Amino acid sequence: MGDSTWVASSISSLPVRTVPPRHSALVRLTHWITALCFLALLVSGVEILISHPRFYWGEAGNVLTPPLFIIPIPASRAIVPTGYGYVLPDQNGWSRYLHFQAAWLLVFTGLLYGIYGLMTGHFGKNLFPRDLSWSDIASHLRFKRPSEAEAWSYNSVQRLTYLFVIFVLFPLIIWTGLAMSPLFASIFPGAVAVLGGQQSARTIHFFVTVLLVGFLLIHVVMICLAGFRSRMRAMITGRAGTTSEEL
Amino acid sequence: MSNISRRKLITTGLAVTAGASGVAAAAGLARRYGLIPPDGGGIYGAGETLTYAAQRILGRHALAREFDRSQISKTPFANGKPSKDVSRLEPTGFVDWRLAVDGMVERPASLSIADLKSYPSRSQITHLACEEGWSYIAEWTGVPLSHVLDTVGIRPQAKYVVYFSMQKGWWDSIDMDDALHPQTLVAYGLNGGALPVGNGGPLRMRVPRQLGYKNVKYITRMTVTDNLKQFGKGLGAAAPEAGYSWYAGI
Repeated sequence: MGDSTWVASSISSLPVRTVPPRHSALVRLTHWITALCFLALLVSGVEILISHPRFYWGEAGNVLTPPLFIIPIPASRAIVPTGYGYVLPDQNGWSRYLHFQAAWLLVFTGLLYGIYGLMTGHFGKNLFPRDLSWSDIASHLRFKRPSEAEAWSYNSVQRLTYLFVIFVLFPLIIWTGLAMSPLFASIFPGAVAVLGGQQSARTIHFFVTVLLVGFLLIHVVMICLAGFRSRMRAMITGRAGTTSEEL
Repeated sequence: MSNISRRKLITTGLAVTAGASGVAAAAGLARRYGLIPPDGGGIYGAGETLTYAAQRILGRHALAREFDRSQISKTPFANGKPSKDVSRLEPTGFVDWRLAVDGMVERPASLSIADLKSYPSRSQITHLACEEGWSYIAEWTGVPLSHVLDTVGIRPQAKYVVYFSMQKGWWDSIDMDDALHPQTLVAYGLNGGALPVGNGGPLRMRVPRQLGYKNVKYITRMTVTDNLKQFGKGLGAAAPEAGYSWYAGI
């Protein structure tokens, strides 16, 4: 045992081993499960949407009700007056199965991440802005190429964005999704009433999706600008830094 | 291998073992308490079982929201066209329409619309939501299914009520929580009048805690059973055979 301890500590004292991971194993794991779930929810959600690309406000709405707005795309159901001369194939069956399965996995992943974040101080350390000022935010919004320091830590704009996505958009998309469920509405009628009704919940669900897709696009563009390979490596293997130090 | 990674390996191993035995124990409990839906197998089985079990545990007796008369939709949207079999009978006023009730019951019955109207009725203003996304609010009148089941006397081993439409290929089923729920109606009236054919008249299942497609139109027969395997492909309804989930409380 003494031998192996000595060997182990001598290996772990090598410089390359003492570098802490840029993202912890749990953050990396939950990040990629979330990415997978989001993709499944987005594809299936779009499929469900095209069966009725009309949105309403309040409790009830149908093709005889004036819509809040219409998405000008063909529909997968003949009852929707879209102006197109054809009806897309119905994909709601598997889309709904997949949507709810991915939603469950996302909720469990989110809970795991949330508990981890609270227990380890991850939110305070990595996500709450440290020294927030308007000039700081303004300088980051000028889309300068990220500095070397930003390979190791997030700037204020990134921190605020991630906090908004994690603590506002994700809870809201789950809440508005649940609010469309007839049994959820039966158990928690107040959770539907404060959103303005079940059709309002569906409309808010759509707008939160738009914001999340917007976040995803900016997120991916920023990763490409910052260096796709190094950022991907940091989120897959945990190793950060510039490419030059790697073989 | 360093001490740290060995400790990590042991912790991860323990966590995975605990997680796996937790899932196995949960699946065992779910089976014992009837919380696995008939389409709980296959690749989407986990999500379906979680939804059904969670909603049954949290809201077995929850009541669907009932609305104010002022919230009733101006036009109750009639989805789809009734088959010729149904519309052909409309001029007769459906006097010969019968609802057969059989299966695990003491006194199988064949009930006319008049028989059903002679039972105690219930009217409720509830929301009907289609899985597509549209909905309407209307006042539904009918006899609570629980009263029909009391009349025929269900056997204690009964677990599901299967119901069939006059329209070919349409049938569905609900568990006893929904079947005995006070708001589950065999509906024959809408907004104070007879239930229009477009909305499912003369007889429609009304299950306000589930989505529209569980509310099968033109019902002619219901069977009380303890086993859904003997109906169709054994998935509990026509919907799962067409790719849709059996449980539609979501």
